[in-house]
Amino acid sequence: MDVLVDADRLRKTFGHIVAVDEISLKVAKGEVLGFLGPNGAGKSTTMKMLTGFLEPDAGLARICGIRVAEQPKEAKARIGYLPEGAPAYGDMTPGSFLKFIAEIRGFDGAAKSDRVAAAIARTGLERVVDQPIETLSKGFKRRVGLAQAILHDPPVLIMDEPTDGLDPNQKHHVRSLISEMAKDKAIIVSTHILEEVEAVCTRAVVIDRGRIVADGTAEELQRRMPYHNAVALMVDHQRAEAITSALAGLANVQSVERLARENGHIQLRALPKNGVSIASDVAAMLAERSLPVAELYVERGRLDDVFRKITSEEAHSHHA
Amino acid sequence: MRNVWIIAKRELAAYFGTGLGYIFAVIFVALTGAFAFFIGNFFERGQADLISFFQYHPWLYLLLVPAVAMRLWAEERKTGTIELLMTLPVTTGEAIVGKFLAAWAFIGFALLLTVPMWITVNYLGDPDNGVILTSYIGSFLMAGAFLAIGSCISALTKNQVIAFIVAATICFLLVMSGSDLVLNFFRGWAPRILIDAISSLSFLTNFDQIIRGVISFSGLFFYLSIIAFFLFANAIVIEQRKAA
Repeated sequence: MDVLVDADRLRKTFGHIVAVDEISLKVAKGEVLGFLGPNGAGKSTTMKMLTGFLEPDAGLARICGIRVAEQPKEAKARIGYLPEGAPAYGDMTPGSFLKFIAEIRGFDGAAKSDRVAAAIARTGLERVVDQPIETLSKGFKRRVGLAQAILHDPPVLIMDEPTDGLDPNQKHHVRSLISEMAKDKAIIVSTHILEEVEAVCTRAVVIDRGRIVADGTAEELQRRMPYHNAVALMVDHQRAEAITSALAGLANVQSVERLARENGHIQLRALPKNGVSIASDVAAMLAERSLPVAELYVERGRLDDVFRKITSEEAHSHHA
Repeated sequence: MRNVWIIAKRELAAYFGTGLGYIFAVIFVALTGAFAFFIGNFFERGQADLISFFQYHPWLYLLLVPAVAMRLWAEERKTGTIELLMTLPVTTGEAIVGKFLAAWAFIGFALLLTVPMWITVNYLGDPDNGVILTSYIGSFLMAGAFLAIGSCISALTKNQVIAFIVAATICFLLVMSGSDLVLNFFRGWAPRILIDAISSLSFLTNFDQIIRGVISFSGLFFYLSIIAFFLFANAIVIEQRKAA
């Protein structure tokens, strides 16, 4: 595995507040890491240390094997970074701003105009290229920030809330842009929008109060939910009792819950033992006994719930 | 060096792109002229020199240079672009020097617009052009010293108004440091050597010698060392307070 981003026990305090508490993570080429956490969890601070904006109090950040603290210029040359809020010089136009970035990134002459043109095309800025950035909409401003981050085609791309404040179309556009670039880069995307993790990330790290509280694929995180792989059924209320006992009789079913009642139907939820898949067992049993159901679906365990569960568990253990 | 130039170029474009540049240049030329003619009695003195023009420069710079300097870093902080700038492959030193040089060149440009004064005095009489040239250089260096102080103060805050007021106050104290206003504060408890040191920091005394034709290496070196000191302090401030 080609590890491009390597954080080793990064720590940062502001006064007596510990913003980041020994965070270690590795991101390899081809990975898109979703960096999740409530506001103030330490996501931005971690990213600022990885990009060399802040110096960690302890720990080591390496980009493509280069120590950020020791060779900041070399490390920064390999990173494309979209800071939170996509700051840019408001009095400049996207065109002149990207030219400035290209020059600072070491491009000259034809290479410079090629890079700028490619970044503009990739982020769809053609229409606003000569308007001052401060007059642009939030979506376009964000795209200007993205364009400057990807301009030099860096091996490492770090983006702090790239889709924050964008409309659904713009979000989709940014996400497909990330997916397009994912193949040959190591990408870190911070967000508190969980659907984003499912949409673009190959892996997710949840941080809370400066610590990593979960690390895994979206699927693995979902598995931590009690309702993961539970089967929900909508049945006629007259058959509810029969079906409930039949479900409870299945080997892999832990328990059966009775939920809402609507239009003469009752919703049941069969919870599996240890999160195993029980959908086919349930379907086979229902077919065998000819029990009719109006609706049947598998619950995935929403990432939102996982997120709330993980981060509030932490809060409890902290208060205890 | 390449990065210094790229940053300076961007800054200069910002001065003239926003109109700030033209407003500043017009006000600078108008005020230097007004002071020289109405307060300095340029004509009534009947002397073919530019002392009445140059002697008000410390006071003008006191107001105008902190106004240029206040946005240098405070604005970057306020808008968050400091995070963008400092995560580009540039060193803190390159960023500071690039911004400083742009602002200094910009003030130098405004100063150049006063050259008609020089031409006028040559038309009216027979001045010592060597002294005038040194005075221009001295004035430019003094502006640089004010600017370095302002840049350093600007890095301490997000608020441009605070940056302006604090920088103007510090510049005022340095201009006045040869006078009783400042020195009386130290007399009575500070050792003589300290009082002498403070009084030798006076911008006014140093500049007065330059415009009266006393060209000393130490006079010019004085401003250069102030610039170097405050830009160095500026770098420390940026490194320490990037996150704040």
